[in-house]
Amino acid sequence: MNPGTGMPGHPDALTGPDTRTVLGAGDVARALTRIAHEIVERAKGVDDVVLLGIPTRGVTLATRLAERLAAIDPAFDPVQGLGELDVTMYRDDLRRQPTRAVGVTRLPGAGIEGKTVVLVDDVLFSGRTIRAALDAIGDLGRPRAVRLACLVDRGHRELPIRPDFVGKNLPTAVSERVRVLLSEIDGAEDAVVISAPAGGER
Amino acid sequence: MKHLLSTTDLSKDDALLLLDTAAQMAATQSREIKKLPTLRGRTVVNLFFEDSTRTRISFETAAKRLSADVINFSAKGSSVSKGESLKDTALTLHAMGADAVVVRHWASGAPYQLAHAGWLDAAVLNAGDGTHQHPTQALLDAFTIRRHLVGRRGGGDPDGVGADLAGLRVAIVGDVLHSRVARSNVALLRTLGADVTLVSPPTLVPVGVETWPCRTSYDLDATLADWQPDAVMMLRVQRERMSGGTGGAFFPSPLEYTRYYGLDARRLGLLPDHTIVMHPGPMNRGLEISAEAADSDRAVIVEQVANGVAVRMAALYLLLAGDHSAEGNDL
Repeated sequence: MNPGTGMPGHPDALTGPDTRTVLGAGDVARALTRIAHEIVERAKGVDDVVLLGIPTRGVTLATRLAERLAAIDPAFDPVQGLGELDVTMYRDDLRRQPTRAVGVTRLPGAGIEGKTVVLVDDVLFSGRTIRAALDAIGDLGRPRAVRLACLVDRGHRELPIRPDFVGKNLPTAVSERVRVLLSEIDGAEDAVVISAPAGGER
Repeated sequence: MKHLLSTTDLSKDDALLLLDTAAQMAATQSREIKKLPTLRGRTVVNLFFEDSTRTRISFETAAKRLSADVINFSAKGSSVSKGESLKDTALTLHAMGADAVVVRHWASGAPYQLAHAGWLDAAVLNAGDGTHQHPTQALLDAFTIRRHLVGRRGGGDPDGVGADLAGLRVAIVGDVLHSRVARSNVALLRTLGADVTLVSPPTLVPVGVETWPCRTSYDLDATLADWQPDAVMMLRVQRERMSGGTGGAFFPSPLEYTRYYGLDARRLGLLPDHTIVMHPGPMNRGLEISAEAADSDRAVIVEQVANGVAVRMAALYLLLAGDHSAEGNDL
């Protein structure tokens, strides 16, 4: 889930005049490579590291990070160290929004018990998605540690949650929308775009 | 979707959303901790005017796995046996703040009345009304068929997620006249693209069946041998709805019924190897299905019960989790 776009009723404002691109494809690739190195450094290797992507774009980012971890240290198995975690049924805003479709949760065969889990999401905003993810992880096992990687931290946290690995810190206004576009999902070149709300107030 | 009353109301997209959500719910049920916090603080009332074990327990399990509070209300031993009307019962439930009412009633249309009379603002789930509809049973049957026959056919997801039932043949055999399961299944399976043949003695074919989107036959052997169905669904002979002894005026003797319409080892042998045997339960062993057929490795009857919990979790989730005041899909 993308907490930066969770505003019901707002049409997609990708092509508006107030849309600007803050990260290009090269920036995204460099940020992911740096995050991958930081994960290895922090975990002192790749043993027991499990990447869990939060749908939709977090899963894609986790897949890319897994490829980079395997390139840094061949001991990392990009199949056994990668999973996806749907947090829909743990969200605290279910009653405020139209019914969300439940996504897939897929854990590596060895589970997450005793592992170092790295949650991967595209945009970190209120922190509520991550809270839901922590609850979901609690029902699935007891990892040794849980860390958080996100491509963009746009601020405005509503819970005491902070990321361990950040691609880019992006100061934003609450009303702005931040979107991460990834070639696997959006078809276009990778980018992070920021747009003012419809109506143009700043 | 505000209520789940009849499979005839479901579009193909609705039906697939229910089945796909059920697949995710089923996946959560293999975890060590099966409970999800999704419907915490919501109240689900099981309102049962007719005897039921598996449907009530299945709904109760589904609601509890989603952390909803469950209140069981059965007509026996309640104010209903003192003569309380459906309306007054509904107003009582409204006053108690029920968010969903799962209703089984001997009168066809009672859930519709409950949903639309304005007595309640809760979501109403039909758990079987008279000889009309039993939508969650049809959904769990479709889910079971899809898992076994579409998932295995290869190509897509192993559980058949996202796929419909196009091209599959389903034979529904037995007491169609009294069966809400048959009515629900005919509508839903057709919506999902499957072909249905009803097989039953002439006395147990309902009036107006020619308007249903299915074929009918009086000959079980010919249907099994010539039509080669992918799934055979045996229906329970509903003796409690037949007056005057076993079979009442509908068939001469149980033995004759078994000879013509019972599924046994010989008839199993007529079927293709992949065909699955289904039964909504409770079974009359020795009447519509022999012990050999019920216990064969083609029978998925126990799995149907397990899938029932996942399908009912999906229905409760889709009806209760979201804010229905602003319908739409913002993901």
